[in-house]
Amino acid sequence: MATVDLKDVRKVYAGGVEAVKGVSIAIPDKALCVLVGPSGCGKSTLLRMIAGLETISAGTCSIDGKVVNAVGPTERDIAMVFQNYALYPHMKVYDNMAYGLRNRGMPKDEVDKRVRTTAKTLELEHLLERRPRELSGGQRQRVAMGRAIVRNPKVFLFDEPLSNLDAKLRGQMRVEIKSLQRQLGVTSVYVTHDQLEAMTLADVLVVMNGGLVEQLGAPLDIYEKPASTFVASFIGAPPMNLLPLRGGQLVDAVTLPEIAGNAATIGFRPEDCEVGADGAVSGDGLRLMARVEGVEPVGAESFLYCAAGGGKIVVRVAGRTEVLVGDQLPIFARREKLHFFGSDGKRV
Amino acid sequence: MSPRVVFPNKILPYLLVAPQLAITLIFFYWPASQALRQSMLREDPFGLSSKFVWFDNFKKVLSDPNYLNSIQVTAIFSISVAAVAMATALLLAVMAEKVVRSRGLYRTLMIWPYAVAPAIAGMLWLFLFNPSIGSLAYGLRWLGINWDPLLDGEQAMVLVVAAASWKQISYNFLFFVAGLQAIPKTLIEAAAIDGAGENKRFWTIVFPLLAPTTFFLLVVNTVYAFFDTFGIIHAVTGGGPGKATETMVYKVYNDGFVNLILGDSAAQSVILMVIVIALTAIQFRYVERKVHYG
Repeated sequence: MATVDLKDVRKVYAGGVEAVKGVSIAIPDKALCVLVGPSGCGKSTLLRMIAGLETISAGTCSIDGKVVNAVGPTERDIAMVFQNYALYPHMKVYDNMAYGLRNRGMPKDEVDKRVRTTAKTLELEHLLERRPRELSGGQRQRVAMGRAIVRNPKVFLFDEPLSNLDAKLRGQMRVEIKSLQRQLGVTSVYVTHDQLEAMTLADVLVVMNGGLVEQLGAPLDIYEKPASTFVASFIGAPPMNLLPLRGGQLVDAVTLPEIAGNAATIGFRPEDCEVGADGAVSGDGLRLMARVEGVEPVGAESFLYCAAGGGKIVVRVAGRTEVLVGDQLPIFARREKLHFFGSDGKRV
Repeated sequence: MSPRVVFPNKILPYLLVAPQLAITLIFFYWPASQALRQSMLREDPFGLSSKFVWFDNFKKVLSDPNYLNSIQVTAIFSISVAAVAMATALLLAVMAEKVVRSRGLYRTLMIWPYAVAPAIAGMLWLFLFNPSIGSLAYGLRWLGINWDPLLDGEQAMVLVVAAASWKQISYNFLFFVAGLQAIPKTLIEAAAIDGAGENKRFWTIVFPLLAPTTFFLLVVNTVYAFFDTFGIIHAVTGGGPGKATETMVYKVYNDGFVNLILGDSAAQSVILMVIVIALTAIQFRYVERKVHYG
């Protein structure tokens, strides 16, 4: 129904602080774009600029091909789900959902039809006569979703909508948001600091850092080819192991494959580590000895926290492990699973 | 719910509330019961003897046209003061919210008038609007208004209402500012995204959420207009011209302390007390139902 185009968008606050330093993102129609990054990276500011709640200092924001820089939030035809839900506490659930429709002068029976249809989709029918304070966190979240959906807007904006829910509910709502967004086919922008949410929801994933886009692409592409050490350490849980290279050498390395370019950092994912001596695993790759400092059995897998190569690494092994703290382990990572980063942190 | 506190000692809890009870008894219940007793006594003109007359004083007061007039004056005065003081304060508070720079300074300046004593506030307005020497009275005359509150009862009423409201605006402003700040900004933003213009946002979101503050101020302002405006009326009009601005409280003072008809005055006090208790009860019973706390 609509595309969202950001061209070199900047935000400078009155105090001179530059929160967003030139961001360009083209979100195709019906796509779910996730902005992810640590707090203070400018992702929420960017979302609020798309919503029209913050002015755009420079650059353009277009929705459906029209530049909306000077258009207020009231006229942008967007819907937003807030982190704290922002439900109107003095209105019943029904009126919360109907508010936006009534403001646009929709006839009463049409409002009623839309509210009830949406309530049915979200299984909110039995809550319509309640007030927000009589609802649980998960129910409030649903009402906030309902209030956005019922309007049938051009764009959905989500500002960390799941961060106030407990882990189980969060997982459940994540799946639901994804399927709803697919089903409705509404272009969406979703802000989160949770990399798991970002990976599972995104059609287009945007990793932000310090007011700039660090990397943009499909989630798995970013996971497999992180553009910088920042992305490598932000996406993936536990994050990628990064070890410093000094003069092309790694401390304690048993064997080190050919180094790409003038790399300053070598990286490999915890799940790409194989445990075993020279005889057990073979091939070209990185071999090093690691001293186990901690063991975390999670059930289906176990994480070994080790000191190796002049830094700390995490090794993932399937199922249970017999390894004990203090053990010396030979670690192997295949050549094709290694990532190299230059001294500026960029991938080489 | 927090668990109930249980004192092991039987006497200690009573000792702890005793000072508060003593103060309430000595300064409220005792004088109130004295007023009740006095309202049923009639004294001779020299104050040498008094006799018990049951409800004769009430009968006399309630059939006195001057007293009925003072009820009407009080109604007009109180409703006007509460309405003007609250509406103006709300308008100022909403406008002060929009000020970006030196917001604190504006707020401080807005709160100052509250520190002015009622009698002084009355004198201030009296001088400003005095028909012969007042600077603002001169301005009104220049505008073609025949300004003379010393002769015109309606103008006198406008003047005392203005002075009494002016004094209370600061107090109301303070509470409205706090009330406005307690409304989460995201609600306003959500309403904006929901297509509500600024006016609509105010009346459908901000104003209903301010209801607890507004209700509290309604009770406080009513009580203020009834009781705390004596000083202003005394300084500005003295209840005149004629009896145009003689409120019930002012009449209590006039009959009791000026004319020394203690029985009538006490009966009026009792009636006043009943009216205020009734008003507050009505406000809590009916108005508060429409208030949503958070």
